[in-house]
Amino acid sequence: MDHPAVEVRDLTKRYGATTAVAGLTLSAAPGEVLAVLGPNGAGKTTTVEICEGYRRPDSGTVRVLGLDPVADARALRPRVGVMLQGGGGYPGARAGEMLRLLASYAAHPLDPAELLDRLGLTAAAGTAYKRLSGGQKQRLSLAMAVVSRPELVFLDEPTAGLDPQARHATWDVVRQLRADGVTVVLTTHHMEEAERLADQVVVVDGGRAVAAGTPAELTSDGAGGQLRFAAAPGLDLVALAAALPADVTVSEPRRGEYLVSGTVDPHLLAAVTAWCAAHGVLAEDLRVQRRSLEDVFLDLTGHGLR
Amino acid sequence: MSFTPAPEAAPVGRMLAAQTRMELRLSLRNGEQVLLTLLIPLLLTVLLALEPFLGDGDGGRRIDFVVPGVLALAITSAAFTGLAIGTGFERKYGVLKRLGATALPRSVLLLGKTGAVLCIELLQVALVGGLGLALGWRPTGGAVAVAGTVLLVVAGTAAFAGLGLLLAGSLRAEATLAAANLAWFLLLFFGGVLFPLDRFPAGLASVLEFLPTAALADGLRDVLRDGAGLPVQSLLTLAVWALLAFGAAAATFKWE
Repeated sequence: MDHPAVEVRDLTKRYGATTAVAGLTLSAAPGEVLAVLGPNGAGKTTTVEICEGYRRPDSGTVRVLGLDPVADARALRPRVGVMLQGGGGYPGARAGEMLRLLASYAAHPLDPAELLDRLGLTAAAGTAYKRLSGGQKQRLSLAMAVVSRPELVFLDEPTAGLDPQARHATWDVVRQLRADGVTVVLTTHHMEEAERLADQVVVVDGGRAVAAGTPAELTSDGAGGQLRFAAAPGLDLVALAAALPADVTVSEPRRGEYLVSGTVDPHLLAAVTAWCAAHGVLAEDLRVQRRSLEDVFLDLTGHGLR
Repeated sequence: MSFTPAPEAAPVGRMLAAQTRMELRLSLRNGEQVLLTLLIPLLLTVLLALEPFLGDGDGGRRIDFVVPGVLALAITSAAFTGLAIGTGFERKYGVLKRLGATALPRSVLLLGKTGAVLCIELLQVALVGGLGLALGWRPTGGAVAVAGTVLLVVAGTAAFAGLGLLLAGSLRAEATLAAANLAWFLLLFFGGVLFPLDRFPAGLASVLEFLPTAALADGLRDVLRDGAGLPVQSLLTLAVWALLAFGAAAATFKWE
């Protein structure tokens, strides 16, 4: 395939006075897992639903499997699996019936019974959709997204509200989808989920992409790490900084505790300890911390609740 | 289990069969739907046939007046009230939105609903007709009566389904529920089911006869009781309702 599985360029979508998506660009290569990570209200669902053909962009271009999600909807629907946030089953239909119905729309579906088993839903197969628990509905919704054996699936917050076991079962399915060559685009506000599952992460905030890359790139990007140590208070920070690379900053956030921020690599560690040795400083409690994706996320999207 | 992609839509016929079966199962499983589409028409047949409290028919044998009217009401229940309420709640709960992202074309979804309604109508005709026969109903036979009945049921179903979808696609589910039930109740009284329209003042009656239930009931009486030819006016009335309702529904229907 010579085009990305999903390509969104300069996407804008407004609802009245609210701008839900403000010039978002992202793309997912075939066969990879792309996590769209962002706080609530960042525009994730709007973006995904535009890719699914539910709404039209105000401006920008969206291509899914090289096609236009609205104009080419008929051709795309059999090839794309969708997991919406909540809802989607006939209230009176049993879980097993619902999945078999979705399977009947496909020429070569997965075995619904096997899929229910895989997601721990066998015991709930005879339960009416409206009586399923929230977590059971979520898992059924995932099953409904993949039963037709699509080549691309959109999962909108697939693990929201799941207990740890169900979350791991969902992650296993995502990993196997990837291993079997299915492209996955998932939205989440769990850093851990993005870090564990994604080949590529796009951090979205306020309707635009504020960072993109592999989880490793994002966590080591720029001032990607910290080095902390304790020593006698009042070290000459200017002199220490002068001995280190230019992009590294040095501070003493609390008396006797030092923080070196920058690209933490073996050379930086060696330079700090060499400077300490040369100045007769015993660096105690020396720790190297890489930023977690959560740190990156909070740095990029702000720490305020919303 | 392997998730290796094999994306291809099923043949349309298979989708339609699966969708029709599902819609039919859901209707028959829903107690309120069964009450409305089957039990109430059966009960009405017995009550109206045996109890003269609502007056005699319009001159002939009462049972020959009652059965076509109850059939018209039953079809109103299945194709209008039941379809509107079911579809309204499916819209509310995101079923229509979810199915919109599958390979199932919307036309096949609607055809599946129609297929389920037609199956219920067959059941209604069998049960209400059978009960009527047991109570002494003697419909006219012959090819014209059969053809006229089939045409009327089809045209009536189209008119009611259009009206039901118009309601379900534009109002909130709760409002659809209220409006569809209210309309059903009004049609019971003003649609020539309980008593003939000539009980109303002439001016009012000549308007009421264009109500879809009244047109359907009149047409069915024309062919099944009076042995008249094809009921052209009734068929035309229902066809106009169907055209207007489907046109309006297509223009206003919101899937989510």
